[in-house]
Amino acid sequence: MLETPLSAAALIPILALATAPATETPEFKGPSIMDFFPPAILFEGTPFELNRIMLLRLVIVALIFILFWLGTRKMQLVPGRFQGTIEMGLEFVRKGIVEDLLGQKDGKRFLPLITTIFFLVLFMNLTGIVPGINISANSVIGMPLVLAIAAYIAFIWAGLRKHPWTFIRNALFPPGVPPFLYIIVTPIEFVSMFVLRPVTLTLRLLMNMIVGHLLLVLFFSATAFFMVELGGWWIAASAVTLAFGTAFTFFEILVSVLQAYVFALLTTVYIQLALADEH
Amino acid sequence: MLAELIVAAEETPNPLLPAWYDIVYSLIPFILVLLLFWRVVLPRMQKTLDERAALIEGGIAKAESAQAEAQAALEQYNALLAEGRAEAAKIREQARAEGAAILAELKESAQAEAARITANAQLQIEAERQAALVSLRAEVGSLALDLASGVIGETLSDDKRASALVDRFLAELESDTATTKAAK
Repeated sequence: MLETPLSAAALIPILALATAPATETPEFKGPSIMDFFPPAILFEGTPFELNRIMLLRLVIVALIFILFWLGTRKMQLVPGRFQGTIEMGLEFVRKGIVEDLLGQKDGKRFLPLITTIFFLVLFMNLTGIVPGINISANSVIGMPLVLAIAAYIAFIWAGLRKHPWTFIRNALFPPGVPPFLYIIVTPIEFVSMFVLRPVTLTLRLLMNMIVGHLLLVLFFSATAFFMVELGGWWIAASAVTLAFGTAFTFFEILVSVLQAYVFALLTTVYIQLALADEH
Repeated sequence: MLAELIVAAEETPNPLLPAWYDIVYSLIPFILVLLLFWRVVLPRMQKTLDERAALIEGGIAKAESAQAEAQAALEQYNALLAEGRAEAAKIREQARAEGAAILAELKESAQAEAARITANAQLQIEAERQAALVSLRAEVGSLALDLASGVIGETLSDDKRASALVDRFLAELESDTATTKAAK
């Protein structure tokens, strides 16, 4: 379950020598930040360096292609079970998020982007609880960052294209504020809109996925440690950690879906605010 | 040993700083999936939704036309029914009038028949009276002659005998008439 890179593997005996007295005490190996930087498989050292998580992303893309390509290949007017499920997902994004906030006309323009964001985030999140994979493809900053930048470009482009001056005025000089307060409000609005929005989009998703992975690994490696390494009465403790691990696995499903929804919803809301005539 | 530790610490990447390969393998999935949804999946979905909407609208139109047809048929039926009723009423009225006419005719003809029978009876009575009159006239003549001869044959001076004679004659006449009547 834990992919300990070579450098970390080299580190552990050194640390053990430095800190622990030379006894037979078993060493607990908890989750590490190195989980998110597994060793390269191909093209090491190039910009196309492929490691386990990057490969996972490509597999997810393939999976999305297969599912949605097949699900919409021969669409029936009366959908079957599989087509119905695919349609339900697409319609959820269209009706529940995009058209609800942007309306039909603007919604149509941004639907591909929002749909992409929702399903990419969802599928990449869910790998965190798939046995044998156990890591979310969103737990390395690249993917959340790229999606957040896409959302950032989308809402700025939407605002500038529709009404550049209104967009800038609404963003930096919100109406209904006494003019002298603009000294305070304008910098805050600027930072909030052009800096914090993409940063919070990225970090919310990234941290949820990192912490989710660390929690699950902690619970399950502790279970293994109690049961296998310590044994005896410690097995009772392993039952507790196992129960927590299982509960958090279900919790991670919820988080995965919720984060996909939140990411797509916030992107839509930012676009909606950019398109709004008045705040 | 310390140097090794430092190297190891330095090699631990900052999770907030993306590596180039990370960006590359984020952009590729993003672009591929965006193209998939934008160019393939969503247009297909839209097409299906449009077709479905058209089908439903077509269904509604069909239902509406069927409804209109049914309404027209109902109206036609009602009109026919009313027409039939009117005709029946007319026929009944006509029959009633005809019946009344027949009744009146019958009454009239019965009255005429009755009148005819009455007239016939009266005519017969008149004829019989005439016949009686004629026969009486003849008989009375001869009887008068008889009486006269009888009176002449007897003494006419004797009042008593004359009146007896007249009485006898009358009685004879009466009985005669009775026998004639009985014979008749």
